[in-house]
Amino acid sequence: MTAPPETPETPPAAANGAPVLLTVDGLTKTYPGVLANDHVSFSIAEGEIHALLGENGAGKSTLVKMIYGLVRPDSGAMTLRGHPFAPSEPRAARAAGVAMVFQHFSLFDALNVAENVALGMENPPGRGALAGRIREMSENYGLPLDPHALVGNLSAGERQRVEIIRCLLQEPKLLIMDEPTSVLTPQETAILFATLRTLSAEGVAILYISHKLEEIRTLCDGATILRQGKVAATCDPRGKSARELAEMMVGQALHVPARTGREAGPVALALRDLNLSPATPFGTALKALCLEVRAGEVLGIGGVAGNGQDELLSALSGESTTAPDAVVVNGAPVGHLGPNARRRLAVLATPEERLGHAAAPDMSLTENALMTAAIRCNLTDRGFLNRPAAEEFARRIIAAFDVRTPGAGNPARSLSGGNLQKFVVGREILQAPDVLVVNQPTWGVDAAAAAAIRQALLDLAANGAAVVVISQDLDELMTISDRFAALNEGRLSAPRPTRELSIDEIGLMLGGAHDMEVAHAEA
Amino acid sequence: MMDLSGIDPLVLLASLMVASTPILLAAIGELVAERAGVLNLGVEGMMITGAICGFAIAVETGSPLAGFLAAAAGGAVLSLIFGLLTQIFLSNQVATGLALTLFGLGLSAMLGQDYAGIKPPATGKTSLPVLSDLPVLGRVLFQHDMMVYVSLALVALIWWTLKYSRAGLILRAVGENHDAAHALGYKVVRIRLLAIAVGGACAGLGGAYLSLVRVPQWTEGMTAGAGWIALAIVVFASWKPWRVVLGAYLFGGVTVLQLNLQAAGVDIPVEYLSMSPYVITIVVLVIISSDRSRAALNAPASLGKVFHATD
Repeated sequence: MTAPPETPETPPAAANGAPVLLTVDGLTKTYPGVLANDHVSFSIAEGEIHALLGENGAGKSTLVKMIYGLVRPDSGAMTLRGHPFAPSEPRAARAAGVAMVFQHFSLFDALNVAENVALGMENPPGRGALAGRIREMSENYGLPLDPHALVGNLSAGERQRVEIIRCLLQEPKLLIMDEPTSVLTPQETAILFATLRTLSAEGVAILYISHKLEEIRTLCDGATILRQGKVAATCDPRGKSARELAEMMVGQALHVPARTGREAGPVALALRDLNLSPATPFGTALKALCLEVRAGEVLGIGGVAGNGQDELLSALSGESTTAPDAVVVNGAPVGHLGPNARRRLAVLATPEERLGHAAAPDMSLTENALMTAAIRCNLTDRGFLNRPAAEEFARRIIAAFDVRTPGAGNPARSLSGGNLQKFVVGREILQAPDVLVVNQPTWGVDAAAAAAIRQALLDLAANGAAVVVISQDLDELMTISDRFAALNEGRLSAPRPTRELSIDEIGLMLGGAHDMEVAHAEA
Repeated sequence: MMDLSGIDPLVLLASLMVASTPILLAAIGELVAERAGVLNLGVEGMMITGAICGFAIAVETGSPLAGFLAAAAGGAVLSLIFGLLTQIFLSNQVATGLALTLFGLGLSAMLGQDYAGIKPPATGKTSLPVLSDLPVLGRVLFQHDMMVYVSLALVALIWWTLKYSRAGLILRAVGENHDAAHALGYKVVRIRLLAIAVGGACAGLGGAYLSLVRVPQWTEGMTAGAGWIALAIVVFASWKPWRVVLGAYLFGGVTVLQLNLQAAGVDIPVEYLSMSPYVITIVVLVIISSDRSRAALNAPASLGKVFHATD
């Protein structure tokens, strides 16, 4: 490692007067072709809850990976409690008191809670003792857990508790949390925040990464905003509006999706007593779903992941077939039809997983466009591919949805999450569906791309399509959906007009509070 | 005419244990590799390499023990070629494993040119004191050569390690979700290389048991598909060590029984009897795999997937 450009001086104590815990000074990390972090400097005081903000690709994950010892910086230095800190591996970072809760949980489905916790510790105590400490720690922080439960059977909120407890058992001084609330109900989020505030009061510093600006405004004492690998600003988020924060992240004024008033048409999609058993052992069965969606309407389906969202999407797209009458489109039973037959009837879908489900990672954008649009856009001719037409269609998607890529010949894998999401959603929208089903359309997508996708969905509905948006992001559903229904443990609540609902009511519809009580009773 | 009275069930049981030991050893080694997430289809190649390494060293030194040690070493070295290709150079595991089998078959044929038709030093029987004097059971269970007991002790050791030790927990974690294990700071590649080497050593032992005890002689291609059966038994056992014993003994039992039936002059063409163990293995695999959700639950989730550390 090269020496830092200048000797680090003792940084000033943070605003709250607590001593500085971690100083990051001039960290730089280059990947082939990308400057991921460019002389990033900031500091966190003991007990401070510090937000790290930025769009996708702004360099947040690279930065926290360097703090956690997963990536080595090219240059720059860190100090932890006044001592030089250069972890060569996560083990060293953990030993120094740095713990991390990952965005994509680093859990093992087939192992139980205690085994998962033991894997994240340097010197775990014996089985009995560890189970006892997990119980004690989880009760103390209001995060009940059964040490012997199989992790694959836990809800997303419970899985996160496993990660948090695993960190807390190490008695960390700095806890890094990457997008912790993206999978939680509002009630679970409230519990998490209470836990984080308790930890902060005990002197644990928390580095908090999130896209949810309102949360950051309520929770965090300080914020560092990254843009294109550089520190764009440092501020006190409590003194800023969410819009100001978003614009600091993007570096430009933000477009807010606009809704146009419209009349709902006839029923385009109806579910009648839809039952479906899951395809995998950790899936959720759909139980007697009933629903009607009208032409020109956006129906939002909220719920925490793992409550049947994937199964519902596959039942609507035709990947899973059901009784013919269970899914009815424009009066015709289609439950027994596969995806291509439904595409002919103008029923299209975009699954949650961009890479590997909505798009084949190593195939070009042209080939990916062909795969779902071959039928509706006549991209094949007597069994032969019509390449020029497919390329033309891919280029139309790229132009219409501002997909940033060098060309249609690039593989899907090379696109950033937001750009690929614009591509896969755009691919379905340009086929002029009567019914479009999207699952998590803006998951892990930055603010500007998310706004573009939401606007496209609204425009589609305004042109008379029935749109079903399955999402965990309640703010998103509040913004774009006309009616809202909650999916909980494979059951769907009766839809209600979104305008009449408050966030708290939605939380109750999602069964968040109910879940908590059950968890307490079991623990 | 059929005369089943010539089949002594006690002798049958005793020879079943001997017949099963090669595939038991190979299967328990493959189980270790697969629990770490590595699908090594080269078991057959590693077995036959172990068979000739063990045979040659036993003949040269006159010591069966030295032969078995050399067989384990030979199997491990060959498996590490697979490890190098799949873990370091990220080659496809299925293709590399198949290539390893072909490579092992060719290599062993070359090494074994001077050893055909030779008799190896005898591996003595180890009668366990007291136990071997038990009526009936003593004769069936406790009057075998050392390797039969070693194979069972190995299964017990691997079962205990996987279930109760921290090393076993880490190995299972790597096989379950290599990205998460990497994020927690475990050396995925190093752990997998070790697991592959253990698998190779066990397969080598299994091969040497064939050439030094069961046959005992060296002939080209003498494993005759035992490695493939070992692979099937790991799935049959749904990746659980004690079920590997069950599977191996079941298969060994069918093999011995068909030999006895042939000797008793049962009026069925020999070919049907010789193919029966394989048909039964296929039938059992189909039955086991029919419950899709359970089979999926037991298989290591990262099995056969290429691990590429992104950082």
